[in-house]
Amino acid sequence: MACIEAQGLRKTFGATVALDNLDLKVDEGRILGLIGPNGAGKTTALNAILGLTPYDGRLNVLGRNPWTDRDQLMRDVCFMADVAVLPRWLKVSQALEYVAGIHPRFDRAKAEGFLSRTNIRHSHKVRELSKGMVTQLHLALIMAIDARLLVLDEPTLGLDILFRKQFYDSLLNDYFDRSRTILVTTHQVEEVQHVLTDLMFIDRGRIVFSCNMDDFESRYFEVTVRPEQLAAARALKPMQERQVFGRSVLLFSGIDRAQLAPLGEVRTPSIADLFVAVIEQQNANAAQGATR
Amino acid sequence: MNTQSTAIPESRIASQVSASVAPDPMRLLFWSVRRELWENRALYIAPLAVAVLFLAGFLVSLVRYPAKMRAIQALAPMQQRDAIAQPYEFAAMLMMGVLFVIAIFYSIDAFQGERRDRSILFWKSMPVSDLTTVLSKAAIPIVVVPALTFVFTIAMQWIMLMFSSLVLLTSGISPSTLWTQLQWIPMSFMLLYHLVTGHMLWYAPIYCWLLLVSAWARRAAILWAFVPMMAIGVIEKLVFNTSYFGGFVENRVAGGADIVESSVRGLAQLSPMTHITPGRFLENPGLWGGLLFGGLFLAAAARIRRYRGPM
Repeated sequence: MACIEAQGLRKTFGATVALDNLDLKVDEGRILGLIGPNGAGKTTALNAILGLTPYDGRLNVLGRNPWTDRDQLMRDVCFMADVAVLPRWLKVSQALEYVAGIHPRFDRAKAEGFLSRTNIRHSHKVRELSKGMVTQLHLALIMAIDARLLVLDEPTLGLDILFRKQFYDSLLNDYFDRSRTILVTTHQVEEVQHVLTDLMFIDRGRIVFSCNMDDFESRYFEVTVRPEQLAAARALKPMQERQVFGRSVLLFSGIDRAQLAPLGEVRTPSIADLFVAVIEQQNANAAQGATR
Repeated sequence: MNTQSTAIPESRIASQVSASVAPDPMRLLFWSVRRELWENRALYIAPLAVAVLFLAGFLVSLVRYPAKMRAIQALAPMQQRDAIAQPYEFAAMLMMGVLFVIAIFYSIDAFQGERRDRSILFWKSMPVSDLTTVLSKAAIPIVVVPALTFVFTIAMQWIMLMFSSLVLLTSGISPSTLWTQLQWIPMSFMLLYHLVTGHMLWYAPIYCWLLLVSAWARRAAILWAFVPMMAIGVIEKLVFNTSYFGGFVENRVAGGADIVESSVRGLAQLSPMTHITPGRFLENPGLWGGLLFGGLFLAAAARIRRYRGPM
């Protein structure tokens, strides 16, 4: 069953097109990374999915229209925005009481369990917590909600390395269970690479690339080519070629690993490298289209 | 809340569908109001501070109370009542004034605050509708503030009455004049009536207007709330040389009283059975028109909040 289904999703701010007839389908039980440069429309897309912004086109999240049914949708959806948004006056004990009072699917004991592993005390106010601790508190609240979709918009922005590592570890170990869906956007692509099951690139309001991580690993290879093999490697039409420490690194799509192995050292590319290659290709195609 | 999932542990999907029951709307409203009280502690701390300050002054002034009471006992009964009731009325007015100002500032900031500190994103991540949020915020000035005014005033008046009696007794004067002339129970009833009719029902559209402006304006809500009113008044004066609009606003802010009660000479003087005019109040089209507009303002505020994100 599709968790999120969007068709022709469109949103403009004045003359700026934030979402340009975006089509999207996310199945239940996936961990999808939505990757894109600043201003690509990531946050706008998430806001539309969460019922925070109106849009044109068709959008269905867990069988509901997010714009008209936000409050009902939020019984099954949790989200964490890019920076900590917990009000600074809120006490930890009040946060627990409030969510327990409001949310029909909140398990307070579970949240207390998560908090007991941190340095956060019930008497603390949000303003007294460090940025990492606020995120831990928010995550404790969210992970104790039995939601079907969790949306994370730059969840680790501004956190130190230790917290970032812990964040994804607890998300995978304590939260994700194959029946939930997680949608995450981030610039820290290297830390989500091993977390994701699916990957989408968004640029200028459109999905420009989409694949699941199994395909990603069997389809895309990065080869540090030995100089004498360079001509042979180029003949295989790499997506992209770049120089690293004076050696050519070529990115291939859909070419068998066995065929690439003689050319040099073969490995799975990072999401960031593939992203750059995809966007460059897009731009090249667009330029070609313009000159034609 | 885990009943479904323990009953059918194998079938998560089934449990999710059946667990998706709507939370009780009153429960959502209750917790939303509660969180407003957590956030806005000034609602009770400020009047408490003013009350303590006033009571301290009052207690000091009790040094002269036995002498004053002797002088009062020489007056005619009607003047006795005025003189005795005066500090108690002042206490009530003080609480009304302080809490009215707090309610105004609360309403102006109610929807701006959550956008300024971005917490609107957290509140909107909870299964609470915009309408419930608007109603919970409207409940603060319209229900909670009059209730707090009543409780604080009654508590202050009791403390004043007890200490005054104690001071009189220790100076060998009977507090009977104080107790018979003050008519504490009718006075409390009048206070309650005044708060319900004036501060709750008659002022409600003012608060609803401020809440609407707070939800709508991107900044400087206080200007948007008051400047258009003044502008309309000024333009009306210049164009038509009339001041109906100014009169209308003045009637809303100050005018409820003459409809609520036949003659306002202070709460204590009024005998509730003869002076209050609830019939006249309930027949007044201004009351119902005001409440209708108040309702429309709140509906508009709920609609606008749906579009609003952090500033």
